[in-house]
Amino acid sequence: MTTDATRSVVIEKELPHPPEKIWRALTQGPLIKEWLMDNDFQPVLGHKFNFRSTPVPNWNGIIDCEVLVVEPNKKLSYSWGTMGMGSVVVWTLVATSGGTLVRMEHSGFGPDQEAAYKGATYGWQKFIGNLERVVAGLQ
Amino acid sequence: MRTAPDAILKSLADPTRRAIFERLSRDGAQTVRMLTDNSGVSQPAVSKHLGILKHAGLVRARHRGRQTHYRAQPRALAPLVDWMSYYSSFWNARFDRLEDLLKRMDQ
Repeated sequence: MTTDATRSVVIEKELPHPPEKIWRALTQGPLIKEWLMDNDFQPVLGHKFNFRSTPVPNWNGIIDCEVLVVEPNKKLSYSWGTMGMGSVVVWTLVATSGGTLVRMEHSGFGPDQEAAYKGATYGWQKFIGNLERVVAGLQ
Repeated sequence: MRTAPDAILKSLADPTRRAIFERLSRDGAQTVRMLTDNSGVSQPAVSKHLGILKHAGLVRARHRGRQTHYRAQPRALAPLVDWMSYYSSFWNARFDRLEDLLKRMDQ
């Protein structure tokens, strides 16, 4: 879908470390906590877990996640749900001569699963397209 | 008025409300009656949906004589855009922390 680009956050960077080492930082709970958030992550397909950060007004600081893809040293993906918004995070690691090309894509921002099922997903997808045109008209 | 993204999304998660909001965005201000005609939805139901959209800041009511005209407020969608710019800075900052951690880790 052509409108995806405007609904995703992508960070791509080559880091001077081997994929195996970066994989550990992305998948070992205590290490994840050091750079991202407190968590009960397990690199197991279908595992449901939370990221927990400090609660702030109007937000309890909890992110509901489920592991969607685990391909050791290559690809990791989990859903990311908070405040009624669902989205997906995908990590891709590609070995390079100088280390690893790390790509993180956080995309598919939309109402969470429950809300999506309540109100026809297709209709929502279509609406997001319209919404972007409306927002683009504001600039 | 600032409305949290979830209130905006929840109000738009309903297909009927979404249709009402889209119609107001496309065709300009309308009365409840204009919105009800040929919609297959009852007038009280349309009024209720408009109330929820109004609460989320997505529509504004203007009284003209005995008629009330409802108008879409597309600017109310701005928090959704803010939400994505929030994650852009969030992940950039976390990436920096990830790099710091990698420097401290053993091979």
